[in-house]
Amino acid sequence: MDQSFAQLSQKPRWQMGVLLVFAVAAWITAYNVIQPLADWTSYSALGLARGSHLGEAVAFFLYDVPKILLLLSGMIFLISILRTFFSPERTRAMLGGKRQGIGNILAAMLGIVTPFCSCSAVPLFIGFVESGIPLGVTFSFLIAAPTINEVAVVMLFGLFGWKVAGLYIASGLIIAIVAGMVIGQLKLERYVEDFVWKMQVAVGMKGEKLNWVDRIQRAWESVREIVGKVWLYVVVGIAVGAGIHGYVPESALAGIMGKQAWWSVPAAVLMGVPLYSNAAGVIPIVSALMEKGASLGTVLAFMMSVVGLSLPEMIILRRVLKPQLIAIFIGVISMAIIVTGYLFNLVL
Amino acid sequence: MNVKILGSGCASCKSMYNDVTRIVARNGWEVEVEYIQDLEKILAYGVMATPVLVVDEKVAMLGRRGSSKIERVLREAIKMQIS
Repeated sequence: MDQSFAQLSQKPRWQMGVLLVFAVAAWITAYNVIQPLADWTSYSALGLARGSHLGEAVAFFLYDVPKILLLLSGMIFLISILRTFFSPERTRAMLGGKRQGIGNILAAMLGIVTPFCSCSAVPLFIGFVESGIPLGVTFSFLIAAPTINEVAVVMLFGLFGWKVAGLYIASGLIIAIVAGMVIGQLKLERYVEDFVWKMQVAVGMKGEKLNWVDRIQRAWESVREIVGKVWLYVVVGIAVGAGIHGYVPESALAGIMGKQAWWSVPAAVLMGVPLYSNAAGVIPIVSALMEKGASLGTVLAFMMSVVGLSLPEMIILRRVLKPQLIAIFIGVISMAIIVTGYLFNLVL
Repeated sequence: MNVKILGSGCASCKSMYNDVTRIVARNGWEVEVEYIQDLEKILAYGVMATPVLVVDEKVAMLGRRGSSKIERVLREAIKMQIS
């Protein structure tokens, strides 16, 4: 990329630094104030009774909405900064020459930190495959990137704690690695559309060189974009969650979504396929459902199916993959998610 | 000057094309703006993600950025052209 475009007038460094310090201080203050503020508003200002359905629901809502929005902004900012150190070009270079196994593990991990939007799936797929990265390794990347969704991680952390968030990341990685390895072993190159192999891809394109001011600007743009897209779902989702929290009786769902219902895991995965939701919308509802008896494994399976098996992305990938490969792709990921769901139900 | 936005038809690629068209119109620049969705043409620039801003056949900006950043990039390009 032509570096002369990069010498642009930007905010002076010290100004950016001051803004950043200010923002961090404001964030920390806000985060500490929301719990007492929510309690005061529900129980003093609005005069609701502690322990009552309405009181609990309102306090929950008034605390969780700002909490999740703050967590989202903060974590997306940090993750975006991390992502400015990675690019598809760097990832391609790092994966070059790595064989199956190591390659799959590295590809899955890079899938988390490389900036990726599902509309880039096709150029990225072609770019990786053309430069000699094995099909299975490429798939490990393509599975990890959308499945391990940063909004989902933040919300799981905010609502369930770091153990569940960690489990989600770990299972996403394992699914991506194993599914990629399986696809690699099946030697499915002939199910990639022929034109892909004939393409001349201009390799050697380097990513941009960024300075810290630009990184912070990009991270801030990401926060605005993502929170802008997602905040309403967060509010509605938590409102529904608060309602269920306060009003639906305990164990109402244990029968159909609990551990005993063996078919709940595959059913949850199947339900996830046609749904293309963002993680923010699904999780708060899922959290309230869980409180009422749905088991964690079923719920995580549903979530990973929604974000990882997205119909729009499959349609996009059809441009470069023949139907047999798409079917195998969906099949392998579904199996992996189902197994993970059962495992969690057994273990937790 | 010729500006191309390489996109795959997703919402953010389309909205960047709209941003660029708007910025060019607002400033009254003599710039031709094209939206390229053809896969082969996109790959010819050696990029692996969209959207991409291409100015006079050179990659100028990768990814979806805000309007102020886009405008800065375009201004610099015009300045360089004149000089």
